[in-house]
Amino acid sequence: MVIRDKTSIAIKYVILIFFAIVTLIPIILTILGSLKTLGQLRMDLFGLPNPVMWQNYIDVLDPKRSKFFQNLLNSTIIMVFTVAIDLAVSCLAGYALSRLKFLGRELIYTYFLIGLFFPLAVAIFPLYIEIRNMKLLDNYFGIILPQAAFGMPWHIMLARGFFMQIPKELEEAAVIDGCGPWRFFFSIVIPMSPPVLTTIAVLTMVGSWNSFFLPLIILNSEKLYTLPMGVMSFQGQYYYNWQLVLAYLILAMIPAVIFYAFAQKYIISGLTGGAIKQ
Amino acid sequence: MLFKRKSKLGKTNILMAFTFLVIPLILYTLFVIIPIVQAVRYSFYKWNGLGPMTNFVGLKNFIEVITHDVFHKALLNNFIIIALSLLLQLPTALLLALLVGRRLKGSVFFRSIFFLPYILSEVIAGVMWQFIYHPQFGIPNSFLAKIFPSLQTMALLGDPKTVLYAIFVVLWWKYFGLHMVLYIAGLQNIPDELEEAAYIDGANEFQLNWYVIIPLLKPTILISVFFSIIGSLQVFDLVWAMTKGDPVHSSETMVTYLYKFGFQRFNLGYGSAVAIVIFFICLIINYFYQKLLMREMK
Repeated sequence: MVIRDKTSIAIKYVILIFFAIVTLIPIILTILGSLKTLGQLRMDLFGLPNPVMWQNYIDVLDPKRSKFFQNLLNSTIIMVFTVAIDLAVSCLAGYALSRLKFLGRELIYTYFLIGLFFPLAVAIFPLYIEIRNMKLLDNYFGIILPQAAFGMPWHIMLARGFFMQIPKELEEAAVIDGCGPWRFFFSIVIPMSPPVLTTIAVLTMVGSWNSFFLPLIILNSEKLYTLPMGVMSFQGQYYYNWQLVLAYLILAMIPAVIFYAFAQKYIISGLTGGAIKQ
Repeated sequence: MLFKRKSKLGKTNILMAFTFLVIPLILYTLFVIIPIVQAVRYSFYKWNGLGPMTNFVGLKNFIEVITHDVFHKALLNNFIIIALSLLLQLPTALLLALLVGRRLKGSVFFRSIFFLPYILSEVIAGVMWQFIYHPQFGIPNSFLAKIFPSLQTMALLGDPKTVLYAIFVVLWWKYFGLHMVLYIAGLQNIPDELEEAAYIDGANEFQLNWYVIIPLLKPTILISVFFSIIGSLQVFDLVWAMTKGDPVHSSETMVTYLYKFGFQRFNLGYGSAVAIVIFFICLIINYFYQKLLMREMK
């Protein structure tokens, strides 16, 4: 019995280690490659860099070669505004649609849910024309506003679900103590909402940071490019210098990996919680 | 109860509800609803986005889309991606969830590794794998050729026969971790007592998983199947970063088709017709899926 258990545990670890290697190998080869000379890269995929070419990173960060920091800044600006707007509107609407009583509430909620069925690609051409007419092409807000709007149906649903769980007694007690509904929302509900706020924020951050389709259509000038677009344009320019492309990739990965290291718990619970509630 | 609340909070609620909803409603109507409705209108016109939209063509765009062989190819590719995801990606995710979901030393560590690719953008993943597949720099030359010399300069992404499968490997790599964490969350809802009871009844681990755990995971599995299908129908970023649908449309998907034939040629009416067709395909799949779900949940 004991022996069988030991072998079965060993088999489990073998499987897990195999998949861990498969998962990490492309990333490890990219890291190694980013520190090699082009010559070594061509001959020797798996070997350690010799000599270690930190110069690749210096070359990539050279403003004459790439706009890495500009791309990073653009992605950050777009993400921060998308999160702020998305959070604000989803919370306000989610609250109104769960705890305020008024005629047509369910109708408005249904109206918001329609958006769940439509991926952004379906609306992309009219959206493009609309943004052009608003003079928001080649502008951060041409990306921020549609991103926030397309996140709303999901996030209103999450926020509404959370606010509905706040016990009625709490509200009644607050009213008896002379707290009006506005103060109730701002001084009682919001301070107790970090779990749902973090979930929405983290999901929006990951989505905005990685989004590519919308920026590809809305942005024209290279100085507004986001990181994923920067990766594409850098690769297009330095197609024959894979060592530089790999260094650029590693740099572009770092912010997301750092974020993942700190927020892993929230990302996973946001994704699974969101999915399972739906 | 209802009346009591109404009398206490009823008065200011309308003003408050209006204040809370007005901006969300404007934003959502402007950037989601109006474009969707407009997409339907556009799809009946031939229009390049300049000047007034006057060239009404009826159903011509739709007929062209659904008879275009490139669109057929794209649709087929999307279905191949769905099938491979369901047959290969989800079982991988389930296997790993069963391995790391329970008490096993280091399970958090492995879980973090498996989920890592999900956090990277598809563009970064795509370019990275372009390197891995590169005939000179990547795996074919340095690894496969050592075992099978005939594969010396195999261009996995350049060959119409292999390109879609090569792209699928990247999708598999990037997303099995997502499905794994969904399954782990589902596993946490299964009480430990069941496991103990099964062992007392003499079940081995395989029997426990096959006859007890997996049937109980069904609701989670159905959610992950749904995510997988919807995600597979919308693949764009990764393909665009890796092949742009080439060679000769062999890795085209519906959304790369939409981008190429709608946006790059500035044929906004035609593009919108493609968008509506994609929407209906999603809707039909969704409908059958819901029906199946209802039957299964009974």
